[in-house]
Amino acid sequence: MNQWKNFTKGFLKENPVFVLLLGMCPTLGTTGTAINGLGMGLATTFVLIMSNLVVSLIKNLIPDKVRIPAFIVVIATFVTIVEMVMQAYIPSLYESLGLFIPLIVVNCIVLGRAEAFASKNKVLSSVIDGAGIGLGFAFALTILGSVRELLGSGKIFNFTVYPENYGMLVFILAPGAFIALGYIIALINRLNKKNA
Amino acid sequence: MEYIIIIISAILVNNIVLNQFLGVCPFLGVSKKIETAVGMTGAVTFVMVLATIVTFLIQHYILIPLEITYLQTISFILVIAALVQLVEIILKKVSPSLYQALGVFLPLITTNCAILGVAILVIQKEFNLMEGVVYAISNAIGFGLALIIFAGLREHTDLQNVPKGLKGVPIALITAGILAMAFMGFSGIV
Repeated sequence: MNQWKNFTKGFLKENPVFVLLLGMCPTLGTTGTAINGLGMGLATTFVLIMSNLVVSLIKNLIPDKVRIPAFIVVIATFVTIVEMVMQAYIPSLYESLGLFIPLIVVNCIVLGRAEAFASKNKVLSSVIDGAGIGLGFAFALTILGSVRELLGSGKIFNFTVYPENYGMLVFILAPGAFIALGYIIALINRLNKKNA
Repeated sequence: MEYIIIIISAILVNNIVLNQFLGVCPFLGVSKKIETAVGMTGAVTFVMVLATIVTFLIQHYILIPLEITYLQTISFILVIAALVQLVEIILKKVSPSLYQALGVFLPLITTNCAILGVAILVIQKEFNLMEGVVYAISNAIGFGLALIIFAGLREHTDLQNVPKGLKGVPIALITAGILAMAFMGFSGIV
């Protein structure tokens, strides 16, 4: 039961994007379409799970003073793996995410979880925490991507909902990212307040 | 002429924050007051130029000759982290007043994706060292421009009567969106 709570907290209560406001750069930069958002979210989830796993395994071996550089090396290793795998098997997604894949290294969510959770907890709960937070991040990116794609070009995951001519192009471009995210966060704030 | 194109496109047309979404975290985090925005801009400019030079040399004199370019991400981030530490130590000794001004912002910069982003972009765009430095400086100016304008706007919106749900971050994001729209007016200049 406790592990289940540990897993689900990432979706709404401690959602990294909507509530904690971490990892804003990939959130805004890769959500032009729902598929890109989902792809970015899953890539980050993989890095989060693996880095949480390794960090919780080696937490007793590394001296306290050099722990942050050590964590960064672990994270960067998995980011490099993701980069190479994506380049080999899904080149189209690799192209459209571009610069943001190597930038998973500096995503504050990943280092934040390693430092705040994995370096203090057991292996199993660290992995579950990584999966929960990662999927919460993917969930947030997919929602933002769907909203932008729907308003901007009348599609969701490339399914046409209404003709493209009626779409507001601005939502696919840069300004729409800020505006759409602003309204979604306002909505979530309101929902969370009603529940409380 | 080429430098002018690089400068204008990096500052106005492809603004690093408002168009490329790099460095959004400090953009939202330290934009509550104009003074902190100015301090952050100074620190970012300093580190961005240094990091671009160092990573450029590493890429062309270590990674490419040894054919280990797949280690780009890992080596760049370590170098940037070490560089930030080094800058902090040197500044503390050499110029305590500058350290006072920039001090708080320096540790934050390691996780500023704009630094690593620009370092990688310089490699991807196949600039030479001089172009890379110009590109880094212009991006730092673009970052500062967006940050300082945004801080000015936020000082005003804080005093306004905003609907309850939109208070704080949501209204800041919407303001940033409108600012980004204004910057879109520059597209097509170069």
